[in-house]
Amino acid sequence: MSDRGQREGVGDGASASREVARFEVRLWRCLDVDGNALAPLPAFAGDLDHLRRLYRAMVRVRTLDARAVALQRTGQLGTYASSLGQEAVGAALGDALSAADVLLPTYRETLALLLRGVAMREILLYWGGDERGMDFAADRGDFPHCIPIGTQVTHAVGVAAAFHYRREPRVAVCVVGDGGTSRGDFYEGINLAGAWSLPVVFLVVNNQWAISVPRARQSGAETLAQKALAAGFGGEQVDGNDVVMLRERLSLAVERARRGEGPHLIEALTYRLADHTTADDASRYRPGDEVEHHRQREPVLRLRRYLTRLGAWDEAQEAECLAHCAREVEAEVAAYLATPPAPATAMFDHLYEALPAALAGQRRELAEKGASAPGAGDHG
Amino acid sequence: MAEVTLVEAINLALAHALGADPNVVVFGEDVGVNGGVFRATEGLQRRFGADRVLDTPLAEGLIAGLAVGMATQGLRPVAEIQFSGFIYPAVDQIVNHAARLRNRTRGRLTCPMVLRAPCGGGIHAPEHHSESNEALFAHVPGLRVVIPSSPARAYGLLLAAIRDPDPVIFLEPARIYRLIRQEVADDGAALPLDAAYVLRDGGDISLVSWGAAVLDCLAAAELLAAEGIGAEVIDVATLKPLDSATLLDSVAKTGRCVIVHEAARTAGFGAEVAAVLAEAGLASLLAPVRRVTGYDTVMPLYRNEQAYIPDVARIVAAVRESLQFS
Repeated sequence: MSDRGQREGVGDGASASREVARFEVRLWRCLDVDGNALAPLPAFAGDLDHLRRLYRAMVRVRTLDARAVALQRTGQLGTYASSLGQEAVGAALGDALSAADVLLPTYRETLALLLRGVAMREILLYWGGDERGMDFAADRGDFPHCIPIGTQVTHAVGVAAAFHYRREPRVAVCVVGDGGTSRGDFYEGINLAGAWSLPVVFLVVNNQWAISVPRARQSGAETLAQKALAAGFGGEQVDGNDVVMLRERLSLAVERARRGEGPHLIEALTYRLADHTTADDASRYRPGDEVEHHRQREPVLRLRRYLTRLGAWDEAQEAECLAHCAREVEAEVAAYLATPPAPATAMFDHLYEALPAALAGQRRELAEKGASAPGAGDHG
Repeated sequence: MAEVTLVEAINLALAHALGADPNVVVFGEDVGVNGGVFRATEGLQRRFGADRVLDTPLAEGLIAGLAVGMATQGLRPVAEIQFSGFIYPAVDQIVNHAARLRNRTRGRLTCPMVLRAPCGGGIHAPEHHSESNEALFAHVPGLRVVIPSSPARAYGLLLAAIRDPDPVIFLEPARIYRLIRQEVADDGAALPLDAAYVLRDGGDISLVSWGAAVLDCLAAAELLAAEGIGAEVIDVATLKPLDSATLLDSVAKTGRCVIVHEAARTAGFGAEVAAVLAEAGLASLLAPVRRVTGYDTVMPLYRNEQAYIPDVARIVAAVRESLQFS
């Protein structure tokens, strides 16, 4: 390289150094914890209806989460992962993606899925132990909940590679938790995204805890956003409880990827106010005052304060919103509870496109057992 | 019609699939310019372009996950794992995602992908290059597991695997990649993915195997024929789903069976074959089913690999033991 001499600084002895990267990780935020605007808000936020829509969406999932936890506690739902405190993530995702984009969620993206058109009863069916909860009736091609941590990252680059191959202006948006960024799948996925300059956006939802392991003990990296830099593309932090800025930054990243400008990573700084799941007891590993501290910073309260200060939200609207969400949730819970189980033989019916003859006997065995079981008729 | 080796037949099938369907993409480590370490993808990037025949970074979990993601979007990814011992990082993606995405989403998202990998020893390769891991995949619901033992079957089965709407693990016996040549019509004709092949008729004993061991069984049958012993040789070819009927029909005729595979014996796929015969063919059996397999040891490095791999002498000995049982 002709400029080698200028770019390399020769150090002591035989060693030489060349500056290949210098980085800073920017933290984006426009609403402080009290809902004050720290800077001019993004243009879309001038539309107060838009902000009210984001607010209502967050209240909607908070209402569902509370009800779902109650259902679990009363034996009417299986293990459930509440998104309490992380509602801005789903609201921003639901807003920033186009219909033709593909979302690859973790298991905590309830609101994002709802806003993508997944029915509440489908979410409940999934956690209620029924695969039909992943057969989204309003099919946008989004991936279902991903339980094995971080494994969806490589799927996202595969989806993006397919868009790239077909020259389609579509984007894969992959959500992964802070814990997921420890996985090989995460590194392998972002590495390829950078190498092939794929239309994919990674949203790292850093809720500070990988079940019981705090963020500081998961990685020696100062930020998770900077992991993108090693993969050859940009990374940034956003206050993940500031739905306005998160939506803005996510939307910008998605549109850049859509224009062929390659991948991007956003680390959304938030906090899991809930237990990891209903099977977890977070009080075993984190102090109550830490949770209280973050409770003051949660996203729903923050946007409500902003809207209230502008005179764009009042007690009556709040009451109406809560009542509306409660009505919807109750109706969906009723629909979920009234959904009879699928026939047990369904476990064979979607295993392959056509059931291999070798499995016909097993299916028959199950069907005959089902036919003779008491109450089998209820399960049709 | 050209005479080709097994690995050349793989290449022909890949080229045919790439030519026939724009959704087919081929990728893996060194499959592009280099044509694959075994040359299975030789010349494909030149013919079909670098956006359809892609070199990936060196990451097998990624290769499998990438295939899952592509497959959900209607592509037909054919991914190569370079050596058999490197497939294990991909197992998470295969088991947790590829094999069950259709079922999880009730058919909304599907995984029409092929994961190709060499299998078995006998080529003086370094450590971790000579694994026989077919039973591991045959245990996984939602997968198909295919192992060809001839150029023609490699061609027809690979085309079938690529066209199949579900994930297929396609294991290629490296030991016979170039051992035999056979006329293969490059006509795009696929073979069924649920059929075993009776390669040689015989009335005295059934030799059941797959992959490279099939050739050893054929050689053993030839030796036995000189003594007037009729050995029927069956290539299972598609381990999952297993064509039990062909096996049971053969044993109904011969009454005796020796199962031959290179993989370790305990919980090897031979155990499944033996169980099928015990469950549905016991009345036909005149002698206990015998297994000639790799030992329950780690595959030795190459100085001793021939001692591990079942050979013709061990197969013939097992046949004699079976015939002596009365």
